[in-house]
This record gives sequence, C-alpha cells and structure tokens, in this order.
Amino acid sequence: MRAARFIMVILGWAGASSAQDPFNVPYERIRDANKEPGNWLTYSRDYTGQRYSTLDLINVSNAGRLRVAWVHQAKEADTVETSPLVVDGIMYISEPPNIVKALDARTGSALWTYRKQIPTDLRMCCGRVNRGVAILNDAIYYGSIDAHLIALDARTGRVRWDTQLADYKLGFTSTGAPLAVKDKIITGIAGGEFGIRGFIDAHDAKTGKRVWRFNTIPGKGEPGNETWAGESWKTGSASTWVTGVFDPESNTLFWGTGNPGPDWNGDVRKGDNLYSDSLLALDADTGAKKWHFQYTPHDEHDWDSTQTPTLVDTMVGGQPRKLVTLANRNAFYYALDRGTGRFVAGAPYVKQTWASGLDEAGRAMLLPNTSPTAEGHLLWPSLGGGSNWYSSTYSPKTDLYYVNAKEAGAYYHKGEAEYKPGALFNGGGQRENPAEEGYGAVRALEVATGKLRWEYRLHTPSHAGLMTTAGGLVFGSSGSTFFALDAVKGSLLWRFDTGGEIIANPITYLNEGKQYVLVAAGHGLFVFGLD
Amino acid sequence: MKSIALLLAAAAAFGADPPVKVRLPTSRADLENGEKLYQANCALCHGTKGDGGRGAVLAGRKLARAADDAALVKVIEEGVRGTEMPGAWQLSAREGRQVAAFVRSLSRVSSKPVPGDANHGAELYAQNHCSACHAIRGLGGSAGPDLSDTGLRRNPAFLRTSLTDPEAELPRSYQLVSIRTNSGSAITGARLNEDSFSIQVRDSSGKVHSLWKHEIAELKKERGKSAMPSYKQLSSADLDDLVAYLSSLKEAS
Repeated sequence: MRAARFIMVILGWAGASSAQDPFNVPYERIRDANKEPGNWLTYSRDYTGQRYSTLDLINVSNAGRLRVAWVHQAKEADTVETSPLVVDGIMYISEPPNIVKALDARTGSALWTYRKQIPTDLRMCCGRVNRGVAILNDAIYYGSIDAHLIALDARTGRVRWDTQLADYKLGFTSTGAPLAVKDKIITGIAGGEFGIRGFIDAHDAKTGKRVWRFNTIPGKGEPGNETWAGESWKTGSASTWVTGVFDPESNTLFWGTGNPGPDWNGDVRKGDNLYSDSLLALDADTGAKKWHFQYTPHDEHDWDSTQTPTLVDTMVGGQPRKLVTLANRNAFYYALDRGTGRFVAGAPYVKQTWASGLDEAGRAMLLPNTSPTAEGHLLWPSLGGGSNWYSSTYSPKTDLYYVNAKEAGAYYHKGEAEYKPGALFNGGGQRENPAEEGYGAVRALEVATGKLRWEYRLHTPSHAGLMTTAGGLVFGSSGSTFFALDAVKGSLLWRFDTGGEIIANPITYLNEGKQYVLVAAGHGLFVFGLD
Repeated sequence: MKSIALLLAAAAAFGADPPVKVRLPTSRADLENGEKLYQANCALCHGTKGDGGRGAVLAGRKLARAADDAALVKVIEEGVRGTEMPGAWQLSAREGRQVAAFVRSLSRVSSKPVPGDANHGAELYAQNHCSACHAIRGLGGSAGPDLSDTGLRRNPAFLRTSLTDPEAELPRSYQLVSIRTNSGSAITGARLNEDSFSIQVRDSSGKVHSLWKHEIAELKKERGKSAMPSYKQLSSADLDDLVAYLSSLKEAS
C-alpha cells in the first residue's frame, strides 16, 4: 500500500495529463471520453467503436519524425495482442497467457503485475491470446483464458472478485476486453469451434454477480430457435469474442456474434441459425434484445461477425442518420440504422464469390454451389475473411471508414461433424489457394455507401487494427511494420519495423503534454513519440 | 511466484516423463483416417504433403522435435510450447496416433534399393557443375537448396523429376523473381523474404540483394518458374546414377 501511495504521488506530479484521479474512472468519464482526449479509457477509446482520437500533436506534417520512446517486453512466448488503456499516466495492459499489468505510461516500467493460475488442459482454437482490459471506478476487469471474469484493484492489482463465466473444459474461453457500462461489466465469450452456446453477460461491477445473460442462440420455445434443425441449437456456437460498443443516448449495446457450429458442415444445422453471424442490439440494463441483423445466414465458411462495430452519425442521401457500420468478414461492408437495425447500404469491399449481391433488406443473395465439399471448394474470401477481429476505424474529419482488408481465396473442405464435449467441432477446414499470393490493403470507404475512396496496398495481409486521429493520420500495420498514412490521400508518411508480428490495435495518448502512439508487436509494446 | 512458475516450466521443459514406447498404427484404414485428420488440422501450416509453410517441413525422416514416435505423438497432442504449434487435444489418443502414422508416411523414403551407381552419380554431379548452386556438407553454392540431407527428405522419384523437370513441383516457399531497379539494374533470383516495404533476393551467384520497394521500378514474380535448368538431356542411366548419389546424401542437419 505504501508503495502504491508513493506511485500515486509520483504520477500525480509527473504523469498526469489532467487533474483527474487515475484510480477513479466512473462511468461518466468513459461516456464523456472526448473531454479527456489524452486518455484511452475503454477498448476503442470511447463507446462509439470508432478508434478515433481527437489528438493532433502528431499530424501529417510531423509524423515522419516519430521515433521509439520506449519498449516494454512481455517476457512471454505468446504474441501480445492487447489494446491498452491509459488513465492519467498509468497504462493497463493484458499479456498472454494470464497476466495483467499496470505500467508507468512515461517509461513502460511495471507498477504491479497480476498473474492468474490457469489450467494446463485449456481448449483453444487460436492461441492463448488476450486483447485488453476494462476500467471502471477503481478496478480493472479482465477476462481470462479459462473463462473467468476478474476484478483487480487498479492501484495494486489485488483480486477483488473472480467469477467463472463458463466451463473452460467445454471450450469456453475469454479473450476479448470487457466493456464497462454504467455499473456493469459486459463481456462476451469465445469458443465458437467447440459447439458452445454463446452468450453476452453483464456482471455487477462491485460484486461480480451476474445481472443478466443474453444467450446468442434462442432456447426451445423462444423466437429464432426454429432456425436450427432438431437439437443443433444446443451446439450452435455463435460466440461473442470481440468487444462490442455502447450508445448512451439509446442505452443500447451493439455486439457481434460468431460463426454457427460446426463451422464448415451446415448439413447438421439446417436453417438460418440465428443469432450466429449477427449484430445484436441489446438494452444495456436488462439484456433484452431490441433488434438483430444477421449478416451471413446459415454460414458455412466460419465468417464470424464479431468485429467491433462502429457508431457513426453522418449524412445519407442528404439526411442526417445514426448508423452502425461494419466491414464484415464475409467480404461485405454494411451500414445499418442503429435505431431499427434496418439495412441502409452495403457493398463488397474485397473479392467475393459466394453471393450475387445484397437484396433490399441487406440479405446476401447466395450463389449456387458455394458450400464446402469433401474435395475442397475454392471460394473468396478465405477463412480469415475480408477483415477480421482487429478494429476498423472511422474518422469524423474525413467521414471515411478505414478497413484493414485481406484479398485471398481458399479451398473449403467439409468433414464429419460429431459433437464431443470439449472437442473441436469444425466439420471441415480450409487450405490455402496455391495459385494465388494473397495480399492486404488499407481501404478507405465512404461510410454511407461502402464505396472505395482509396487504398494503400500491402504485400502481406495484416492481422492488425487501424486507428485514425485528428492529426489527419491512419495508423496501421503490415507484418512487423507499424506505419502512418495520410487519412485523406492514403499516402505513406512513416513506418517502423518492430521485428515482431503485429496482431493488435493501436492506441494514442498524452503524457506530460506530449502525444504518443502505441502498438503491441511480437512479445512487447512499442511506444512512439516526437522528439 | 514468478520463480516458482519458472521452475515448473523448466521441469516441464526438461521432461520429467519417463520414456514411453509408442506403436503407431499401420493399417490402411488408420493411415487414411490419419491423412484425413492431417489435411483438416495440420495441412494449413505444414502443407498438404508435409512440405511446410507457416509450420515446419514434415517431409523429412528426422523431425527436429520428434526424434521418435513417442515424441511425435506428444508434439501432436500437446503442441510445442513457445511456438504457434497448438496441441491437438481435440483428437482422441487413437486419432493422434493415426495422424502421427500419416506424418511418418510423408517422409518414408522408398526402402527399395535405388538403381544406379552413386559413385558415378557423384562424378556427374561434379561434371555438371551442380555445386555452383547447391552445397553438400558446406561445399558449393547457395543459390539452390542445400542437398546435404536431400536423401532423407526426398524420395528417388521426386529427385529424378526435380532433375528432368525442375518446375514440376517447387518448394512451397520458393519464388523466382525478376527485378528492375529505378537505377536500371536487373536482378533475378530466389526471393528470401518479401514484406510490404522491402524484398531480399539471392541471385544465381549467391549474392544477396536487399531492396526497398520504393527503389524498384518493376517486380515480376516468375510463378511456377525455377532457376534450375533441366537435365533431361542426360541419359536414363546417368539420371539413375545421379539420383542414386543424391539419395545417398543423408547427413542430418
């Protein structure tokens, strides 16, 4: 405790960019995140999911002079995918496989470290990853790889409470950053390759008690259950592994759902398979569904729709509209009315060969013979999708939506699908298309239509998120290189090769009046600033 | 706490497990199912024929992390800590062994004696200046693959085809490129690395060229092409001898 108080004194003097208390972040501070642009208080900075910062000290005129300020090495073998939080000079990160740390945002030095004991017989499809934490009041919230939600004292890292979300032995894991909303911690769940039944949970931030749960697959007798043949709904997955967004004005959570299970064999789950591959609009207090929009009915290609959606207020056809937008893994960009969930506009943003287009309601018009086969069926986009879990970004300054796009096709295989508790429930797989070298691109889309404005082509398809700033910049990554583009022109302004693959979303923050940009790369964090 | 965790990790790494004798299944049905499971679970990284990619090449008799069948089954079941190789705990014990059996079959070099005279093959290797591009036990060039253990990795039929029709099946990672730089130089060679901003190429003399993309006027990828010339003009007997020599190269790396 004495050490913690000493740190508070130091940071109060040296690190704070405002007069706020770094260990007290009530809901109102997150809701009004634009009032403190030097901080990064929630996964996407604010509730809109735009991953846009109003900071402009680093801008198109000086981004070329960015240089490394500090590096924090994780000392773990797994890749760091965290999107840090920064509160008045203190940074909160997760590190794989089981660690949460508070760092001095000025130097990268660790102030405290929490390490969870985790079992050795974890079930995961895709590595022991974690993408960040949430802060509310004086606590840090962390979803662990063995599917627990944990509250830590923000000053010391000491455990306040530890609540099991679900049984990891059945394939449930937690990899996404929780979302703090009012007095609750909202969290999704991963495990879509294990025949789980997905859910979105709200827990009381003080006690850890569950307040509500929304099952992403309706139970017997509930509307939507009829979209699953027989008992297939029980093992239909529809996970919720990426952080959603919140609209305080309408008190609505927007959260994406993942693939139906088994992934590549749809024969055993005939029907649309609601609410897999959907966007759910839920009442934040009760978890009651307001509407849903299913992007890929009866998906047979593992095109999760879990990407963080983006809340955008813009003009459509001369009228102001409140939209929720998403560049989906299925290759289409969608703009929906966020009050009703009705389709406003959509268009493919990468090559796709599975649909002839979207109908008036936004439903994909399926082409014949697009299902996986035993021999393998070549289709675009690949399993990784046109984009994936990493964040897209929207800049209100340019009114453009920027997506990290991937151009590639794949051979999709159908295999046997027998559910065994805790075992992979894939029903097939994919293999790469040897005749094609896939590539990536940062694409700037008109937010109201999805029309391409420009692209910056990348040799290596990237698995990293984007961020825009009021400095007129788009930050992104390709392989191990972190770079800045001109948000209007799409031209390269700066790059730095970190030497470690970047599979993370960037953030930016202020410390001692200077702006910094950060991205996790390989096994560490790289922070950049101007001299 | 940390030191305890490290000690536990060290104990696991140095294997407190007693040696276990594992027998891999040999029936056709087992191998077929092993192949099916392999194609679904492993081929994405290791290649459909074990020729590697994101994951290690498995089409070599000696697997660096799986010296024996027990180790191979353990790698399949538990993965390799600190790498991208996950444990396939979703497979039953029987399925894991079936996959292991299939993996072993990938590297099974024909046990039939290779026809031909390896000594004469060595002479042909020298006469045809193969060492200009290929190294054996440290002697020779670096433009082509090192052949010190090619007899472990490749079967005679594959080696013969590689000599007569080098472009029939290229290593997955091999890409021949032709580059014209802004200053007008022309470079042709095998791509060692390429990312969004740079490319590194080894030319036929073994020289490595590193170029930023902005220094390049034209970058052409010669898909399906190999810098290796065909030796189909050699007589069938000479080819047998050369294959016999290459098959005898079994130095473990």
